[in-house]
Amino acid sequence: MSNVKTVILDANEAVASVAYRLSEVVAIYPITPSSPMAEWADQWLSEGKRNIWGALPTVAEMQSEGGAAGALHGALQGGALCTTFTCSQGLLLMIPNMYKIAGELTSMVMHVTARTLATHALSIFGDHSDVMGCRTTGFSMLCSNSVQEAADMALIAHAATLETRIPILHFFDGFRTSHEVNKIIPISDEDIRAVVDDRFVVEHRKRALTPDNPIIRGTAQNPDVFFQAREACNPYYLAAPAIIQNVMDRFARQTGRQYKLYDYFGAPDAERVVVLMGSSAGAAEEAIRVMMAKGEKVGMLKVRLFRPWDIEHFLHALPKTVATIGVLDRTKDPGCVGEPLYQDVMTSIIEGLAEGTHPVTVGGRYGLSSKEFTPAMVAGVFEELKKFKPKNHFTVGIEDDVTHTSLPYDPDFSTEDKKTTRALFYGLGSDGTVGANKNSIKIIGEQTDYYAQGYFVYDSKKSGSMTTSHLRFGPNPITSTYLITRANFIACHQFSFLEKMDVLAAADQGAVFLLNTTHGADEVWQNLPKKTQQTIIDKKLKFHVIDGYAVAQATGMGSRINTIMQTCFFAISGVLPREEAIEHIKKAIKKTYGKRGDAVVQQNFAAVDAALAHLHEVKVPATVTATFDILPSISAKAPAFVYDVLGRIAAGKGDSLPVSALPPGGTFPTGTAQWEKRNITLSIPVWDKDLCIQCGKCVLVCPHAVIRSKVFEASYGAKAPATFKTAKPKWRELESELYTLQVAPEDCTGCQLCVEVCPAKSKSEAKHKALNMELQEPLRMSERENWEFFQQLPAVNRQKLNHGLVKDVQLLEPLFEFSGACSGCGETPYIKLLTQLFGDRLFIANATGCSSIYGGNLPTTPYTVNAQGRGPTWANSLFEDNAEFGMGMRLAVDQQTHFAKDLLERSRAVVGDEIANALLQADQSTEAGINEQRERVAKLKSLLEREKTSEARNLTAVADALVRKSVWIVGGDGWAYDIGFGGLDHVLGSGQNVNVLVLDTEVYSNTGGQMSKATPRGAIAKFAAAGKPNSKKDLIMEAVSYGSVYVARVAMGGNDTHTIKAFQEAEAWPGPSIIIAYSHCIAHGYDLIHGLEQQKAAVTSGYWPLMRYNPALRDSGKNPFMLDSKAPAIPFKEYAYREARYTMLARSQPELAKKLLAEAQDDVERTWRVYSGRAAMAGRGDTPNIAPKVKEEEAKPATTGAGND
Amino acid sequence: MINLATEYLGLKLKGPLVVSSTPLTEPLANCKRLEESGASAIVLTSLFEEQLALEARALDSDLERGTESHAESTSYLPDYSDDYRTTQDVYLNHLRSVKETVGIPVIGSINGATPGGWVRFAQDVEQAGADALELNTYSLAIDANVPGEKVEQQLLDLVAQVRGSVKIPVAVKLSPQYTSIPNLARKLDATGVNALVLFNRFYQPDFDLEEMGVKPRLKFSTPDELLLRLHWTAILYGHLKADLAITGGVHSGLDVIKSVMAGASVAMTASALHLYGVEHIATVLTEVREWMEKNEYASLRQMRGALSRQAVPDSSPFERGNYIKTLSSYTMRMPQ
Repeated sequence: MSNVKTVILDANEAVASVAYRLSEVVAIYPITPSSPMAEWADQWLSEGKRNIWGALPTVAEMQSEGGAAGALHGALQGGALCTTFTCSQGLLLMIPNMYKIAGELTSMVMHVTARTLATHALSIFGDHSDVMGCRTTGFSMLCSNSVQEAADMALIAHAATLETRIPILHFFDGFRTSHEVNKIIPISDEDIRAVVDDRFVVEHRKRALTPDNPIIRGTAQNPDVFFQAREACNPYYLAAPAIIQNVMDRFARQTGRQYKLYDYFGAPDAERVVVLMGSSAGAAEEAIRVMMAKGEKVGMLKVRLFRPWDIEHFLHALPKTVATIGVLDRTKDPGCVGEPLYQDVMTSIIEGLAEGTHPVTVGGRYGLSSKEFTPAMVAGVFEELKKFKPKNHFTVGIEDDVTHTSLPYDPDFSTEDKKTTRALFYGLGSDGTVGANKNSIKIIGEQTDYYAQGYFVYDSKKSGSMTTSHLRFGPNPITSTYLITRANFIACHQFSFLEKMDVLAAADQGAVFLLNTTHGADEVWQNLPKKTQQTIIDKKLKFHVIDGYAVAQATGMGSRINTIMQTCFFAISGVLPREEAIEHIKKAIKKTYGKRGDAVVQQNFAAVDAALAHLHEVKVPATVTATFDILPSISAKAPAFVYDVLGRIAAGKGDSLPVSALPPGGTFPTGTAQWEKRNITLSIPVWDKDLCIQCGKCVLVCPHAVIRSKVFEASYGAKAPATFKTAKPKWRELESELYTLQVAPEDCTGCQLCVEVCPAKSKSEAKHKALNMELQEPLRMSERENWEFFQQLPAVNRQKLNHGLVKDVQLLEPLFEFSGACSGCGETPYIKLLTQLFGDRLFIANATGCSSIYGGNLPTTPYTVNAQGRGPTWANSLFEDNAEFGMGMRLAVDQQTHFAKDLLERSRAVVGDEIANALLQADQSTEAGINEQRERVAKLKSLLEREKTSEARNLTAVADALVRKSVWIVGGDGWAYDIGFGGLDHVLGSGQNVNVLVLDTEVYSNTGGQMSKATPRGAIAKFAAAGKPNSKKDLIMEAVSYGSVYVARVAMGGNDTHTIKAFQEAEAWPGPSIIIAYSHCIAHGYDLIHGLEQQKAAVTSGYWPLMRYNPALRDSGKNPFMLDSKAPAIPFKEYAYREARYTMLARSQPELAKKLLAEAQDDVERTWRVYSGRAAMAGRGDTPNIAPKVKEEEAKPATTGAGND
Repeated sequence: MINLATEYLGLKLKGPLVVSSTPLTEPLANCKRLEESGASAIVLTSLFEEQLALEARALDSDLERGTESHAESTSYLPDYSDDYRTTQDVYLNHLRSVKETVGIPVIGSINGATPGGWVRFAQDVEQAGADALELNTYSLAIDANVPGEKVEQQLLDLVAQVRGSVKIPVAVKLSPQYTSIPNLARKLDATGVNALVLFNRFYQPDFDLEEMGVKPRLKFSTPDELLLRLHWTAILYGHLKADLAITGGVHSGLDVIKSVMAGASVAMTASALHLYGVEHIATVLTEVREWMEKNEYASLRQMRGALSRQAVPDSSPFERGNYIKTLSSYTMRMPQ
């Protein structure tokens, strides 16, 4: 073992560790992939960790990144040392303050996990489009290329900003660097003290505002001096590059790691050079190394200092021999003359080199949204640079068959180090594979001299998601910043993956293949698909199997096979001697789980001990015997676009789609989730038709819309499959028909909410209900057939149903189905209900968050259409502006309605008065009225068909706007309570006919459970690791304060009928409405099978009082405030202490938990007093004359004296 | 002068009334009041091994649930790097606090399920300063494949392991549902345990007809339950090295007198304190004193075992004869 101290970290943790120790005020806000840096800061603070000066920093979460930047700007004025962590659209929200902070020459560092900006689509992955948007703010910009560099550059940045007085944006690639786990040398306190010169800290403090030595800053200046004053900063920018290089040199003296502003790597006499920034340098370095070994004169220039750009340093770093330069930008600037780095390089060459010595310089784009960038692509670029006239403004890594920008490359060009073990693991999110792999990296990285690297890829679903772990270990440093495509170890932790994908595609010749399967070594072969068998034979794989689930069950591990598979990996990969590895695994188990209790440690130990006895090598037959092959991810019956394009994405082959396959502008069809059969559950609910009371509760709560009911004419029953079940409908007027309750077996996630909510129990066996979970596999074929038959049955005539009754609502067709939300999600039942009630005329403006991810993440969307082709139309703008976005939709709809009415008036002569009057005066307050209007519009369109006038064409285009539309603004509490609150408040105050649905999970669920202002007092959350000390904001009463807003607080598990009523009333109210819906969430820390029970307890405890405020009642003289739940009947604790978010605090800080619990109980009582008081108030009709009577002459409107403010 | 002093588990106690395992001992103020009211020792609530295991697994599940499933949310709850305060930590801290609060002996109580678990907990309780340890052997033999002798042997093994692993006195709280209590008691005695506590009370679940479910239900003891304890104490008294203690149905001073006369070193009470308040101890002890005064007993030693099986002239009530007699006297009252 070497004596150099190393640690296994990802860049987020490494950077946060430096930033935390060098800061006094840390303003934070969650955004992927930078959130973990802020989470670390909050957690370290809760653990009492101090900064380098021995103080506890202040870590303050703000309501948005804009707020965080504002807070930092203020803290900087106060002389504090400040930092923040952000990226993407969050970084853009900081831009206004960035100009100010830089303009005032204020030292600070922000650490950015460079991430794609949302354009035609959102992407959480990495590229430089966000940081490039900041290049004119005046911030210095430093880029680091690896986990080690990110840690190092963080320190260099903090030291340099104090010396240059220029604030620094330190960035590294989102996910590829921020989430890569690698073996690095950590930055010690001594390193920090050696590099950061305290003299400059004192100078920074001296520049602060203080009444003891007052100054003013942030003045307004006029044309006479602004220009000159703006130029006054020039000396600082001119001096900065040298100062930063100086800090880098000082850092090198302390650590031995030398960085240059522009670092050249490659042949000293290189003729072809690429210029790039970020993690791509890793792949490029590998390619150059291999090409140089073949005698090619190639090199690269890694740009670390992007701002202030220094021409002299840049040109000095370039070899004099260079003839051709390829500049690689990881961003797209549509319509530009070239991307930013290219432009800077071009300018440097033109300005800095004598005419006639200019190398040929071209630019290109690569790696947008973490698109793979491999040594093969680098080689492809160098190949292009050989040409006399290389292609300019090229792309690499995609196939652009539209504007033909892409460069070809040889995908077989590989630079993988033979001494490096490359292991690929396919697991389920819930089986612990990633956690175990992170553990393995630590074991190998910390216990041996081996270098280790881990990178983890997740799919876009939250339930049943597949994870792929890419692990590299070896004696040489690992700089491979790309996924493994040639693995010498492949583990498949889920047998079902074999049916769906080519798990062995990346297997190298002679690789080891480990499969978790219930099939024994002697029978597994016959259960493998053809392609898998062929690969095993062709590549001579060593094939091992283990029944991990059997071991997990026997040792109390449930479905977590992590330590079992980890043990097998070590046993057969040969990375470490077997006994030694097991000893290390056990040590790691003790370290990871010890604090959770001995029982957990013991069961993991037992799993390790039992694993090897169940591990068997398979004798591989010489021939392929399989009769089946890997199935397509999407049914061949799907429409062509869905099959050809979305199907490729679902199969994990989206990288191979050419530009022409994808719609420009980001518009996609709905109704696509139905084609992606995921089969992710082991068990599904099975209906006992004789016991069922047809209450519809199961259908209502099903988060994934997989349990449905229909009533249909008995004659259809004759064609039903043999196992299709029906019962006599329990509706008096439908008794002659048939009722059925059907499960979509391949879409169910097995969450069991339906079984939990089912009230019908057997009289002779209490555990048997009208719905009971049974194994899916034996039922799959028959239930698939039943489901297909069910779908062909006609939808129930909506007009025969009472849309206010749960029992009837079950029969309304959902137009939101099979989302990839977490199994048992508390949000999706509300969205599904929304689509059942108003889906065929529904606009949805969706704030970014969970609901935009399960609602709109490719490949498929759960929003769908009815038999007439109508359904919700959905769009996502941003996180912060959703209320405004939705209001914009309303304005457009209303505008078109007015325009249509206007055109109709003008077209009376053409269409006739009768239909014009009917259309203009239509009563659309009921669904029947709306349907009649639709028929009139159809008639109108047919009347207009033969008209060739501009008015007729326009009227045809907008005629559908004559049918009433429903605009819903949907989002989570992070949006509604925090980042979007200003806009939400404005929209509620606007009087516009929009409806807001707040899916209140009380945390930022999508980014991993960070505190929002909806987080209740006493709960822990990320950013509130020490418990939230303040009460939840009462958004209800804020909305009520307008008087003109319909407001409801609902909880489906508390009262489902109340929920439906609130949706109906909100939609009916012609002004703004807001519904705040209790949404249980995985971040609350309990098994979501109890979600509805918890909703009920929330209501019963008085924590979540159900209420409605209906302004329509006020207009009729009644009290509009209705309290719809009973007074608290159980203590708050009885509800709260069933959830880990509360009990974790009791475990970590019992006294604080006790105090906060008492205060939270007081919150409940305070709210109840306010609500019950409001509900008991007399209505306007009962107290008509509260105000003093105004004399008639005084009541006349004023004609003069109006002010202008 | 009436002398209520007694010895139990080798500890010198100022009186015969010990507070048996009850949540009433959770607030420290209560412990103080119990001491002031005359309790001579306190048995803390039981630490259940299964509960600790369940708790650990639940904590593990809560921290792992949903993690590493999605790129944006690789975890959902902050995971503290320090240890979590488990029920065991709470229990041991509480034990230390009670020791600091009262002067009377404090007896820890544990309920184990596995050999390793018992020994670990017993040592932890000893290290935390308990004066003695009560092993709560509440278990249910519901597996038809496990014969009675195996159930007993498991108990004996566990007790022997614990006895061998700590220095403080050890009492065993038994269930009444063994085939041969005297035989089991003798075998337990042979392990070197210092006392037997008779008996555990079952937490029998009740049926909820509204919800069609079975729910746990805890009822307070009634004085009627004392009879079973008196019976077996009287039978065992004099045949064991271990002390005997009665718990279950001790509500009044007379119940204490009866317990001692059956042969118990101490009587333990909890339900009566829930029903009548912590200060009820003083009332019970006053009754004991008054009865002793009235009947001219100077010390408990005088009466201990006075009505035990070996001390009474007619031992038939302790034997099968009692059953026959009771039945026949009952039927004799019936009109023919």
